[in-house]
Amino acid sequence: MNAPAKLHDCRDAFVAVLERLAAENPRIAAVCNDSVGSSKLGGFKTKFPDRLVNVGIAEQAMVGVGAGLANGGMLPFVCGASCFLTGRSLEQVKADIAYSNANVKLIGISSGMAYGELGPTHHSIEDFAWMRVLPNLPVIAPCDSIETAAAVEWAATYDGPVFLRLSRVGVPDLLPVGHVFQPGKANLLRDGDAVTLIANGTLTHRMMKAADLLAAEGIRARVLNMATVRPVDVEAVIAAAQDTGAILTAEEHSTFGGLGSAIAEVVVAEAPVPMKILGVPGVFAPTGSAEFLLDHFSMSPAAVAEAAKTLIARKRA
Amino acid sequence: MQPNDLDRIAKQIRRRDLEAVFEAGAGHIGGEMSAIDILTALYFRVLRVWPDQPKHPERDRFVLSKGHVALAFYVTLAKRGFFPEDEIKTFLKPLSRLNGHPNCTKVPGVETNTGPLGHGLPVAVGMAKAAKIMGADYHTYVLTGDGEMQEGSNWEAIACAAQFGLDNLTLIIDHNRFQQGAALKDTNNLAPFGSKLAAFGWDVTEIDGHDMTQIVPALEKRTGRPHCVVAHTNKGQGISFMQDTVDWHHKVPNAEQYKIALAELSESL
Repeated sequence: MNAPAKLHDCRDAFVAVLERLAAENPRIAAVCNDSVGSSKLGGFKTKFPDRLVNVGIAEQAMVGVGAGLANGGMLPFVCGASCFLTGRSLEQVKADIAYSNANVKLIGISSGMAYGELGPTHHSIEDFAWMRVLPNLPVIAPCDSIETAAAVEWAATYDGPVFLRLSRVGVPDLLPVGHVFQPGKANLLRDGDAVTLIANGTLTHRMMKAADLLAAEGIRARVLNMATVRPVDVEAVIAAAQDTGAILTAEEHSTFGGLGSAIAEVVVAEAPVPMKILGVPGVFAPTGSAEFLLDHFSMSPAAVAEAAKTLIARKRA
Repeated sequence: MQPNDLDRIAKQIRRRDLEAVFEAGAGHIGGEMSAIDILTALYFRVLRVWPDQPKHPERDRFVLSKGHVALAFYVTLAKRGFFPEDEIKTFLKPLSRLNGHPNCTKVPGVETNTGPLGHGLPVAVGMAKAAKIMGADYHTYVLTGDGEMQEGSNWEAIACAAQFGLDNLTLIIDHNRFQQGAALKDTNNLAPFGSKLAAFGWDVTEIDGHDMTQIVPALEKRTGRPHCVVAHTNKGQGISFMQDTVDWHHKVPNAEQYKIALAELSESL
């Protein structure tokens, strides 16, 4: 039996790239809301103290200041717990960033249910829905440290706002070293014809394990990593529907308005097939760690595999 | 440009603003009239701007946080040469880029999109902070309404500006004493503003916001700290029957009222 894969906190990949880019580019700034530690900006602060803009516990100002820094010619990465960055500052993200098309990178830290036992005030399982409806704003949730690093590299070169959603929960690396991030492009991690499993962020590796369980029963599942929730990879979704006839999605987010909803919008319009959307089913989560809660909400690999089999049966019905 | 010249330009802007409100059948005329002297002083005397290069990196920044007086801003920008004056007639017309709140992605000279209140000052703090980090010498100005100061985001930004030592930032509060629904003092009375800003570590200058001999030096003043100009103004300034009444926040004059207002604004143009 293989040793368990090493788990990575994707925040480390984010700050490693950010610090490297900041050494080359004096326009890069990090903006935070007293969140130097939780955003892992300690190294950035030591190396570039003048470019660490800490507004204190003031998220509306944090996002507005980010927009102003961009207007002044800087390339700001605005970092804060995703629940506060998106929820508390939603109107600033809408007006100052998206509508103004400001070249600001919004980095939602500890998203999903990463804060686990701290409870629903600190869970960020609404952010895909809130961010995804805003024009001009790509919404990206990388699945591992390699994709995180690649997405940060891409965001720094893209002239426009970006929302990058990171966790703090460890995940194994899935994508090949040297992977180049392409917005709006899903990654085929495993091919199959019986069903397509689509996820991003902390759920992609769970989908891979579910596909292993299905394979053991002779069921070939396709697995797509779809980091970009907006714009969603329409071609890959249509191909999944046509090639496999059923799509199961899973996300560390509410089942309302997130990745599954984005995919369903494409499926309904372009290639209707049976679908199942796994996530937090429209409730405030009970007490528990992120991993516990994902299992609790039927997103353990075994539960995903069972849901996939039920979905495949609907396909035949 | 001398104070008399500025007064003349402000009157022309008031007149064009009134005409456009009447033509469009909408606008926020009370707050427009209270802000026009400040806008005129900024664009025709104080700001270092290049209308043919609206994104010039060394331009001074101006943020209209009270975005609902967009029309006064449009008239001022057009008169200063940022876009054709003739375009003012498209205000609020279908598909016009001149909608009810300014859009920086479409209108030259607009720096950031405002409309929801309490947005301009935090963005202006970012602009001033960028100048500090990058070593740029542009100055950042932001104009808020007095009612707008009820938004908590402004006080987040006020604290930040002091903490960051932004002596390259000037906040102008258009203190016309009325908000949409009632007088400021009858709503959530934050006045007096000066002592509050001073308590946050800002320098404060109180002026008559309709007297160019006070407006210009206050805007040009540099103090070593973030600077707040409390501009005591009158809602509806320049039009006798609109002055100092909550009724004219966004009312539109009827034909008879329009005639009287036009006559008042045409005197000694």
